[in-house]
Amino acid sequence: MTAATAPVAKKDDAPAFDPGAPPPATLFQDVWRGIGKENPVLVQFLGMCPTMAVTNILANGFAMGVATTFVLVGSGLFVSLFRKYVAHEVRITSYILIIATFVTLADMLLAASFPDISKALGPFIPLIVANCLLLGRAEAFAAKVGPVRAVADGLGMGLGFTVSLSALASFREILGRGTILGHPLFGPRFEPWVFLMMPPGGFFTLGVACLVVAYVIEWRKQHAPREA
Amino acid sequence: MSGHEHVHGGGAAPQVQGKQTPAWKMLATLFLAGAAAGILVVAVYKVTLPAIQKSAAAKVDGAVREVLKAPATYDTLYLVKDALVAKAPDGIDPSELPRAYVGKDESGTRVGIAVVGEGPGFQEIMQLMIGFDPATGTLIGIKVLDEKETPGLGDKIEVDPAFMAQFATRIAPIVGVKGKAGAPPNQIQTITGATISSRAVIKVVNTTVARWQDLMQRYDKGATP
Repeated sequence: MTAATAPVAKKDDAPAFDPGAPPPATLFQDVWRGIGKENPVLVQFLGMCPTMAVTNILANGFAMGVATTFVLVGSGLFVSLFRKYVAHEVRITSYILIIATFVTLADMLLAASFPDISKALGPFIPLIVANCLLLGRAEAFAAKVGPVRAVADGLGMGLGFTVSLSALASFREILGRGTILGHPLFGPRFEPWVFLMMPPGGFFTLGVACLVVAYVIEWRKQHAPREA
Repeated sequence: MSGHEHVHGGGAAPQVQGKQTPAWKMLATLFLAGAAAGILVVAVYKVTLPAIQKSAAAKVDGAVREVLKAPATYDTLYLVKDALVAKAPDGIDPSELPRAYVGKDESGTRVGIAVVGEGPGFQEIMQLMIGFDPATGTLIGIKVLDEKETPGLGDKIEVDPAFMAQFATRIAPIVGVKGKAGAPPNQIQTITGATISSRAVIKVVNTTVARWQDLMQRYDKGATP
């Protein structure tokens, strides 16, 4: 490279400046952001594939959320711990390696402790590794902050993912099957809305949920300035 | 969207240009990370393996007892080179072999055999545990081990106990009929709205019973010449 002729002057003296670094925030804000206004599913639209696939019944959606939280927290911690030692050119490879490791651990632990849920989720647990949410948080957040904030962010994003998936799954299970966590709710005369159990029902439910969330955000935008 | 674009945007901000990491350092990073990840995965695999195997074995055991209506004991026969043997030959891992579970009552009389049958369902391969008497082809019980039929329609083959209960005491080969099943001992009433899944179950039962009936008859001839 032609480092000598580069226009950047005195680069060794310049303070470390990273335009992508997140602003300072309290730990509570780091956690709450993932649940609320930066909710991965309903606001950021990350992880749509597992959202559609596993939200047919509550147990599956909740287990998927917990497994993803485990991977988010674990990979966030390690990405943050090693952020100064990982060469810039191989960082994505390293992040994927860390994420893949935690996904494999989650898969084996789930299979050992909850075989039925593990079977129901099938290939979607290994596929967490391809969930943009993981690499997105590693690259945009964990790699730029200390381990405590990285864990807080992973926990928040994971909780946001879990809450969203559980809410969508409850809606689909209650109306599509007439049960909640396998317990019948309505008695024998209830005709389940089978459509909701099938993939199009996932799209429908997610669409309605996103519509409601977008409406709330827009409503707040229009009403907040007048109060301030 | 929120106003915090700087939090989740612009991740790949170019670092200081002109300074390149030496290749050995990149290799060392990836090598160390890979080694650490490998050790961690192997360690957890070793820890979780017994529990995973135990739950898989318990599931098979439960299915065998269910489809043979609680036999006192059962033996395992392995299928090697298109013939049944009581003991897997040396050098072959018995857990890889197809097998028949031969159920016996208290006096040691054979009550029937349980085998795993599989075949295409509506959209995916379905797996059944089938218990039957190889001498007559009379079914004792069947249970779905794995299916990916349409939720709410095809999955009634697993969820609806009335459909599965029909198979007991029926004699293979079975015929599926719509509406009310008649008197002949080989008729099964298909599920309304899940005709394809019902027929898939019947087809798997028929092919599996025919195949293992033949295998068992040849085994019995060889065992008691």
